[in-house]
Amino acid sequence: MEALKDKLESSFIVFENELNGHAQTPVHQKRRAAMQRFEDMGFPTKRDEEWKYTSLKPILKHDYRLFPNEENSVDFSQIKKYFLNDVDAYKLVFIDGVYSSWLSETTHERFDVCTFSSMLNKFSDVANEYFGQALPEYEALSSLNTAFAREGAFIRIKKSQAADKPIQVLFFTTEHGQEVMTQPRNLILLEENAEATITERHQSLSDKPVLTNSATEIFVERHARLCYHKIQNDNGQASLIDNTSIRQKGESSVTLGTYSFGNRFIRNNLNFFLDEEHCESHLDGITIGDDQQLIDHHTLVDHKVPHCYSNELYKGIYDDKAHGVFNGKVMVHPHAQKTNAFQQNNNVLLTDKASVDTKPQLEIYADDVACSHGCTIGQLDDQALFYLMTRGIARREAQALLLYAFANDGLRNVKLPELRKKLNRMIAKKLNVNLDFEL
Amino acid sequence: MLKINNLHASVEGTEILRGVNLEVKPGEVHAIMGPNGSGKSTLSSVIAGREDYEITQGNIQFEKEDLLDLGPDERAQKGIFLSFQYPVEIPGVTVTNFLKTSINELRKARGEEPLPANKLLKKMREKMGLLDMDKSFLSRSLNEGFSGGEKKRNEIFQMAMLEPKLGILDETDSGLDIDALRVVAKGVNTLRTKDNAIILITHYQRLLDHIEPDYVHVLSQGKIVKSGNKELALELEEHGYDWLKEPAV
Repeated sequence: MEALKDKLESSFIVFENELNGHAQTPVHQKRRAAMQRFEDMGFPTKRDEEWKYTSLKPILKHDYRLFPNEENSVDFSQIKKYFLNDVDAYKLVFIDGVYSSWLSETTHERFDVCTFSSMLNKFSDVANEYFGQALPEYEALSSLNTAFAREGAFIRIKKSQAADKPIQVLFFTTEHGQEVMTQPRNLILLEENAEATITERHQSLSDKPVLTNSATEIFVERHARLCYHKIQNDNGQASLIDNTSIRQKGESSVTLGTYSFGNRFIRNNLNFFLDEEHCESHLDGITIGDDQQLIDHHTLVDHKVPHCYSNELYKGIYDDKAHGVFNGKVMVHPHAQKTNAFQQNNNVLLTDKASVDTKPQLEIYADDVACSHGCTIGQLDDQALFYLMTRGIARREAQALLLYAFANDGLRNVKLPELRKKLNRMIAKKLNVNLDFEL
Repeated sequence: MLKINNLHASVEGTEILRGVNLEVKPGEVHAIMGPNGSGKSTLSSVIAGREDYEITQGNIQFEKEDLLDLGPDERAQKGIFLSFQYPVEIPGVTVTNFLKTSINELRKARGEEPLPANKLLKKMREKMGLLDMDKSFLSRSLNEGFSGGEKKRNEIFQMAMLEPKLGILDETDSGLDIDALRVVAKGVNTLRTKDNAIILITHYQRLLDHIEPDYVHVLSQGKIVKSGNKELALELEEHGYDWLKEPAV
């Protein structure tokens, strides 16, 4: 861990030297401050309360290359399957942290779908106003990302505009004969009364270990509506740390779905800050882990003001020796009266070796609120399995059907049919069955 | 078709079936009656292949083949259907998708191609008409939020769709009002042919007013203590089960 930290510190100096005149910008001052915070805090260890179930040691031991020096080109045919099929969409594609214009489809017409780097160049007012304003400074890993922030997605939907097509953001890592670490950085801004649907995916094309430390800041202004879906289905060598923070203004609505099926290691740090009244936030998740996967969801919903509504539903299925973590923190501040906050985490363990740590953490300092939480850990219902088998359905398919039924309501807010179909297929594939759920 | 010889079954060391003998031929309807706890539901579960029961003695043959080595899915593929007393709710899986999966699994086992979607839908509509079911049923999640009557109707609907050789109806009448009972009975009667057979498991005689059995058996303390024709059911209705409690042998 120390070796990687040293390497990051020295490559920050190299990074700074490359900036020339840009080193004095407010953005870079924020980077520098973030680097200082990371240097002070270091990588989290199991001694940190927020990391007591999850050790970073196994994924930080590798000698990651931080900035691949040769550029690999990727053919569309190689990566076609990672896109949504049969749907016209804006696309932002990055290969090894570098924007790939020929695989992307961007716009500046009525709104902006472009890169983080071009935002820094063209819209320095946006950068100065929003960069670093959503991710909390106490997070070591998002601070590390902030320090190196230079490329990723920039999406700005202007006032009263609705993105006419879904927006797909995809990050690919290619084979470099060595372990690679990337740190994509996204900034999403929905102005007043704007609307968008966005999907995000990180995919390794390499057989070597890959570490992605991604950070996304999302600002949703008054009356704006955002659906954001994270597809986490990478290969068994890939590790993902996803730091996402959302700030919501009055009457806005955000749905964020996290669908975690793949990867060796996933840690999601997901924060919702509700800054004005009558916000609505939906957090959904389906996690299916097997083999030795570790999938950790840490969520925070911060109710600072009255009259907001949040609803969180995470479903988990763990097979083999997979390990899951769910830590759901809900803060209701003293002034946040009439808050409605609901949280539910349900898990099925399919073997004796699979495990899950689930920890609801409700801190309520207001007295006129409706808050509830529930965590369950169970096994498959034998009676239900028998019922399906008496209809001629073999055990494996019957089990998959029940697991699908169990997890299914995690898809309740996926309105985009193509995405729904894709997620359904991923679930069927992960459960190792060929069930055609759509008729 | 079905031949049960000296069947003993226990669960967690407690013997529930203590030597059941029963033979069912094609075209026949058998009613199995008995007080609560006599082993009626156990018998139906054991025939369908529930694995929680240990078979300590005896055997079950279906079309001259030993059933006990087969799983519930394989028995269904041979043509055995169990209508559940308490059907399981499966949220997120619609009646249509469930039936499609079930029918195609059964067809696959018989070496047949999957049923084309239009044929499947046509058949569903036809069978739903038979049971006075609204077509909104098809897009609802299986049994989720169904009333007791809807669940039972849905069981018979599945039986109509799957066309089993042997249908076992476990307490299908319980929880049904008289109108629902008539509809279910009408459905079952329409499905009766000379080639298939039905076993009705029931506590009360009232179902037998609507579905006339060829034979009535009384199960008590894990054994069939009396067999007869439909008159026996009437007798039971009048005198209760107490007069049978003394072992008839």
